[in-house]
Amino acid sequence: MKQGSKKELKVPAIKDGTVIDHIPSRVTFKVMRILDLREFNQAISVALNLKSKALGKKGIIKVGNRFLTQDEVNKIAILAPKATVNIIKDYEVKEKINVDLPDEIHNIIKCSNPKCITNNEKVKTSFSILSKTPLQALCNHCERVMEAKDITLI
Amino acid sequence: MEFKGKDIISIKDFSKEELLYILSIAKKIEKNPDPNLLKTKIASLLFFEPSTRTRLSFSSAMKRLGGNTIGFAQGEVSSIKKGETLWDTIKMAEQYSDVIVMRHPLEGAARLAADAATIPVINAGDGANQHPTQTLLDLYTIQKEKGKLENLNVGFLGDLKYGRTVHSLAIALSHFKAKMFFISPTALKMPKHYLTELKQKKIKFTEVRDLSKVSKQIDVLYATRIQKERFPDQLEYEKYKNAFRLDKSTLDISKKDMIIMHPLPRVGEIDPELDDTKNAVYFKQAGNGIPVRQALLSLVLGKIQ
Repeated sequence: MKQGSKKELKVPAIKDGTVIDHIPSRVTFKVMRILDLREFNQAISVALNLKSKALGKKGIIKVGNRFLTQDEVNKIAILAPKATVNIIKDYEVKEKINVDLPDEIHNIIKCSNPKCITNNEKVKTSFSILSKTPLQALCNHCERVMEAKDITLI
Repeated sequence: MEFKGKDIISIKDFSKEELLYILSIAKKIEKNPDPNLLKTKIASLLFFEPSTRTRLSFSSAMKRLGGNTIGFAQGEVSSIKKGETLWDTIKMAEQYSDVIVMRHPLEGAARLAADAATIPVINAGDGANQHPTQTLLDLYTIQKEKGKLENLNVGFLGDLKYGRTVHSLAIALSHFKAKMFFISPTALKMPKHYLTELKQKKIKFTEVRDLSKVSKQIDVLYATRIQKERFPDQLEYEKYKNAFRLDKSTLDISKKDMIIMHPLPRVGEIDPELDDTKNAVYFKQAGNGIPVRQALLSLVLGKIQ
């Protein structure tokens, strides 16, 4: 945020790090889990239930001294396809990363088939994205094709 | 084509060339079997649910090439009762054998076994998902009986919703420009996502409820069992079960050289009066499982290049 701005900051600005904005509020903590932020020992600010025109309620995560990569950002695409990710250096936005659903996602979503081995044994799930719009994800174990409505998170 | 160490999990993993190559090896082995080819090799036959045909066929395939088998024939064995994970059972089996053949009631179990094992895994059926050796023996039967795989008119009859053999064979035949006829009760139609896949591959198909409307065009008729337990309403079952029954009158409305296939077991879909006709190839089809499985075992064990 530039000096002199009158806009109220809901979450303190960070000097260096990553700001993830426009996360659907209810998945904010899941995004933290997927990005392994819960164990991260630097300053992290999280805000939930902020007003958002596009999402209704949104969440924001600000992580100090960590710069997410495109691959990391893509991991949250299935949860927060409209998220915006800004890399901050010395209080300035240095880079904007768009989330892009990867071709494969590992251990983020569950298979909707109750007879799939991944729902019966402790196994990491793995899906191939056959189509991004409309979303179609193929379970690499049981070969079931899931649509957006079938998807639940682990 | 390198097959040594490869897993055989899903028919979708194979290109047209690979399918044809496996069939060519099966043909060679059938013509000229080497009873010592797999001498000193041991296959673990891990059958977590009962299966007569597939297990005996793998066992016979292995033994006729001089190999040996160990394993179990149902899920009630000691290790599973004690709560051992599939992963651990596979890690144990690979210490004792050179190849694992597995049937499991859960879908995706074969893929997991392949991830766990350092030796090749052959899927002998994972729930309602895949049974690739069945599909290969179906292709082998069609090729042998019709002299080709390309440009055939293939009818699928019966339970097309749950029949995994139908799904896999339709996908496999899509490599060979087959024209397909899906003949089933409305409640047991081919699942939409398979039809979408066929459309994407530009395969021509027709869905009908009555065989007589299309029988004159069919070269290969693949009949399947309509399972009672699939119907929530038993009256529905009674209504459909005879509509999909083949007998000698079927031959009157069909091409003279139409072949009738069935993955077996049958429960009344095919009248035994058809067994002696030259159209009926379902028992030969079951027999074709031997050379096809011999080919797969020899290939993944690196005994045939």
